Amino acid sequence: MIREKVTETPAASGEAPMLLALRNVGKIFSNGVTALSKVDLAIREGDFLSLLGPSGCGKSTALRLIAGLSTPTSGQLDWRGSIDRSNIGFVFQEPTLLPWASVFDNVWLPLRLKNVSRARAEPAVMEMLSRVHLTGFENAVPRELSGGMKMRVSIARAMVTKPRILLMDEPFAALDEITRFKLNNDLLELWQDERFTVVFVTHSVFESVFLSSRVVVMAARPGRVHGELPINAPYPRDEAFRTSPGYAALCRQASGVLVDAINSTAGSHNDGH
Amino acid sequence: MTAIEDNVLTLDPEEARRARQERLERIGKWVLPLAIMVLAIVLWDRICVWNAIPQYILPRPGVVLQTLHSDAGLLFSSLLVTLRITFLSLLLAVIGGVGLAVLFAQSKWVEMSFFPFAIVLQVTPIVAIFPLINIYVDNQTVKLLLCAWIVAFFPILSNTTLGLNSVDRNLRDLFKLNGATRWQQLRYLRLPAAMPYFLGGLKIAGGLSLIGAVVAEFVAGAQGQSSGLASRIIEAGYRLNAPRLFAALILISLTGILIFLVLSLVSHLILRRWHESALKQER
Repeated sequence: MIREKVTETPAASGEAPMLLALRNVGKIFSNGVTALSKVDLAIREGDFLSLLGPSGCGKSTALRLIAGLSTPTSGQLDWRGSIDRSNIGFVFQEPTLLPWASVFDNVWLPLRLKNVSRARAEPAVMEMLSRVHLTGFENAVPRELSGGMKMRVSIARAMVTKPRILLMDEPFAALDEITRFKLNNDLLELWQDERFTVVFVTHSVFESVFLSSRVVVMAARPGRVHGELPINAPYPRDEAFRTSPGYAALCRQASGVLVDAINSTAGSHNDGH
Repeated sequence: MTAIEDNVLTLDPEEARRARQERLERIGKWVLPLAIMVLAIVLWDRICVWNAIPQYILPRPGVVLQTLHSDAGLLFSSLLVTLRITFLSLLLAVIGGVGLAVLFAQSKWVEMSFFPFAIVLQVTPIVAIFPLINIYVDNQTVKLLLCAWIVAFFPILSNTTLGLNSVDRNLRDLFKLNGATRWQQLRYLRLPAAMPYFLGGLKIAGGLSLIGAVVAEFVAGAQGQSSGLASRIIEAGYRLNAPRLFAALILISLTGILIFLVLSLVSHLILRRWHESALKQER
């Protein structure tokens, strides 16, 4: 399915052009659950946008809508210019690798599905592997890798087609903190070099603030956008930023908005899943 | 093994005990069944001698072994006949089972429509179907093949169908996201994912195709139409040639064991790098 619709919002004072706008988007599942209600969201070219919120707030649903894995019940998604699925990279919560295939073959997969031969894909695959610091592991199979390394393979696979937008669904949630910090740094490095657009779903305040240029806080029942917080700290961000007072202040601010979002749902039971 | 032995002095008592235990278990796994078998054979021999049982009722193991040697020409040519039916029917079971499973995987509706018939075919005893096959099919080999195939194809079909349908949901999304065609999804995702299930089915089907071949020969052999091992057994039974009967029986058993071992090895070689079932348990 290719969705194309040329809609350029008047560029707000010198900002990057809009890549995608969700307009009044709602999603109701067949079991009657309203996953998303009246979501308006503008994603600009080169954004690192985090969707932050409690479980059940529709973050992942929003991501699947953007990916085209699901269609909205109401409202629409307006892409600038034409975009098809090959412009979209997706990183799942689990590494989601083919367990029988080598690291190389896993990264090659998206190109292979576009009928790119192994030989022609090799430069791109090897380059991506070196970008995620996995040179030398191309012949390993997933079970021989640690959790963090598997996730790196998953990122390399999503990036090997040079997508315009990378969608990440709580990719580091299952990793230990040390590995997670490292992957955060590496992801930012990659993003700064390539300047693709990222939509990053997380329920970690700290992670969202560290990574993002914008944090969109969502509330649950029904899933909706509660507020938005620009993170006006300069890139590159490194370990020094992670321990700076500025970072702490931003985290406090984001936490405030998140608590507010959670309280706005209070009254209904608030236990998530 | 050597690593454990080298380290045994530096290990603490608990680890040393564990290492010893492991070594014993490793040896016991082979030695115990062999010992039991040898014991049983000796007992068999003694019972024959003590009770002066005549050879046409229960031959002594030595006599069976002798027969295996003296009748080797006859028995092995019969074994070849049985093996041919076994492997051909296993091959057809693989082609038919996997083919049908792939067909079923294309659409839930196809699966819903046809799977029950596969079950009907499976649960009806082959001995009961054979007289019908005997009426409708003329060619002797085709008759036997059909019989063995009916017995062997179901585990492959049912396991492969299960495997094709148990692909990780996210992986399916990934393929969808990358615009994979139906064929690509089958080739790169569903067939490899189904491999462990298929190999499990294959191991069962290997034994069943031998059973199917022997049962078919039995029924056909009763009418003097077959030259496989089963017909040797029937023939030997008529002639009260118990030693040959036992020799043929042993050959069939050994064949079954060999088929199982070979298929287990194939399965291990294919899965050893990635599948849980083929990985060594780690403490």
